[in-house]
Amino acid sequence: MSTARKGVLASFEYLDSTVDSIKQLKAQGFDEITAFAPFPEHHIEHALGYADSPVRLFTLVGGLTGMATGLAFTTFTAMDWPLVTGGKPILSIPAFVIPTFEMTILFGALFTVVGVFWNMRIPDIRSQVVYDPEFSSGRFGVYVTAAPERFDEARQILEAHSPARLQDDPEAEAHG
Amino acid sequence: MATVTEKVDRGAATHPDVRSYTEVNTDILAMLSRPGKWWWILFGLSVAGIGLLAFSWGNQLINGIGLSGLNTPVGWGAYITTFVFWVGIAHSGTLISAILFLFRARWRQSIYRAAEAMTVFAVMTAGLYPLIHLGRAWHAYWLFPYANQRMLWPNFRSPLVWDVFAVTTYFTVSSLFFLLGLIPDIAAARDQSKPGTLRKTFYTLTSFGWRGTDRQWHHFGKAYLFLAALATPLVLSVHSVVSWDFAMSIVPGWHATIFAPYFVAGAIFSGVAMVITLMIPIRKIFGLEKYLTVRHFDAMAKLILVTGLIVFYAYLNEFFMAWYSGEDPERRVFWERLFGHYWWATWIMLICNGIVPIMLWFKRVRHSIAALFVLTIFVNIGMWFERYVIIVTSLSTEYLPFAWGVYRPSVTEMGIVVGTFGWFFFWFLLFIRLLPPVALAELKEVLPPPMRPKSKQEEVAR
Repeated sequence: MSTARKGVLASFEYLDSTVDSIKQLKAQGFDEITAFAPFPEHHIEHALGYADSPVRLFTLVGGLTGMATGLAFTTFTAMDWPLVTGGKPILSIPAFVIPTFEMTILFGALFTVVGVFWNMRIPDIRSQVVYDPEFSSGRFGVYVTAAPERFDEARQILEAHSPARLQDDPEAEAHG
Repeated sequence: MATVTEKVDRGAATHPDVRSYTEVNTDILAMLSRPGKWWWILFGLSVAGIGLLAFSWGNQLINGIGLSGLNTPVGWGAYITTFVFWVGIAHSGTLISAILFLFRARWRQSIYRAAEAMTVFAVMTAGLYPLIHLGRAWHAYWLFPYANQRMLWPNFRSPLVWDVFAVTTYFTVSSLFFLLGLIPDIAAARDQSKPGTLRKTFYTLTSFGWRGTDRQWHHFGKAYLFLAALATPLVLSVHSVVSWDFAMSIVPGWHATIFAPYFVAGAIFSGVAMVITLMIPIRKIFGLEKYLTVRHFDAMAKLILVTGLIVFYAYLNEFFMAWYSGEDPERRVFWERLFGHYWWATWIMLICNGIVPIMLWFKRVRHSIAALFVLTIFVNIGMWFERYVIIVTSLSTEYLPFAWGVYRPSVTEMGIVVGTFGWFFFWFLLFIRLLPPVALAELKEVLPPPMRPKSKQEEVAR
């Protein structure tokens, strides 16, 4: 993103104002929009439009890695010191299914958490970017960045929906 | 321009008295700032419990496992009973947070955070017991497969090794699920705490810089869904594996295929009962009547009723199968359970878990908070005794009459069992003071969203 762009952040009290302003911004060709909400609001998601989250790949890869690890580990340790216990075969696959299953879940969950942190771009404890503490309470936010010549137009669209608060962001770095 | 059309009853049924998002934050986050007299009393008691635990366990570590009542033939006693009890308690948290999430049961929203916390702390409590039961707790790492100098590995055909995998996986996954779900709510606590305070710093660090952007919510929602989908088979597997600690052996009274579903149902039964036992005082002390309505308790009571019936069916089925098998040792164990040395424990179990929950068929009982509180305590007691009966009666009357024996818990064992309740409540009480105990974001999802007030012309036009 070029540093010449400027950003503006509007805080709204009402959900419909938020969704309408996003739609209007998009209709006017402003594509760099970030919305803020106190909870996952599907109307906002629809207004913005998304591709599928790549987190699911992390889960899949994690689960498969765990399964392979579990199976390989139980097999390897049984072969490493072949010792018959309870008259069972050295490779007691049905019994090994259980540690394998647990490893599948464990790795799947760990990879999912790594994946979601990666995709949410956290940890990122920046305090300098524009934000409104009300976003975690009751307000919705719309943040848009635009080239300087179209910046006023974007600002006017947001203003037309009577936001509770409007903050300018000359650094244009609050997307996320 | 009405682009957002929303059914008016989005959440009206679940929380009729909650008006706005801001109100949710104000009410719930207030719990973090005013502990009140009762909190301090309970906290003091739980610290005393930890003291008792430290004293009893310390004594046992120094003087040896002989201080417990464990001996031949009953080598598993109160410790393993209480281990299974706490693992069971843990299960309802995952049921409410993951399984009911997948089923889109909306009533879970105001309960699940506390239930999840209960899960994590209950597994932490259960995890102490293998260490305590080992006697020489400093050898606990032998349980884990690690490359040692003799290149010996654990026996993966053993259910005890499966248990190590199941319980550690369960602890890790349920903690991750709990902590991930907390991030947006910790951010809310961060945004409302005064700058420069220790709390502000703590919440800033633990919310990882969450800002609630659409992108974050999008990935968060997906990850939450996948974790729920992973936790669901996990929770069913964990108590199945715990039951196989018993069922894989040939001890009479243990060697039954019904054990896995029977234990899972029992776990959910006892866990939901524990959630109710915990939520009723919290609701009272913190004035959460708006958020935890009778409807929530009614739904949980129905869960207790269903799982209670499954458990009771399993009891009857066990007796029937013992008779039908024609096996002498098997028949004897079940006869001994009813009329032998431990008859009182068995009857406590049958009455608390089989008879008392039948009252939940009545709506008046399900809607009475006081009745539920008493009833769930009965269930908690009954479920502890269930494990006691299963473990102790079977071991005390195995195949050879020559080897029969009687077990009685020692003072050390009782001290440790009581002390671990202190340990559990210590963490739980700290949790309700430090982290938002009700899920703010998910509660808001079921509230009607704020809409622009209609202008005069629009009103007329309609």
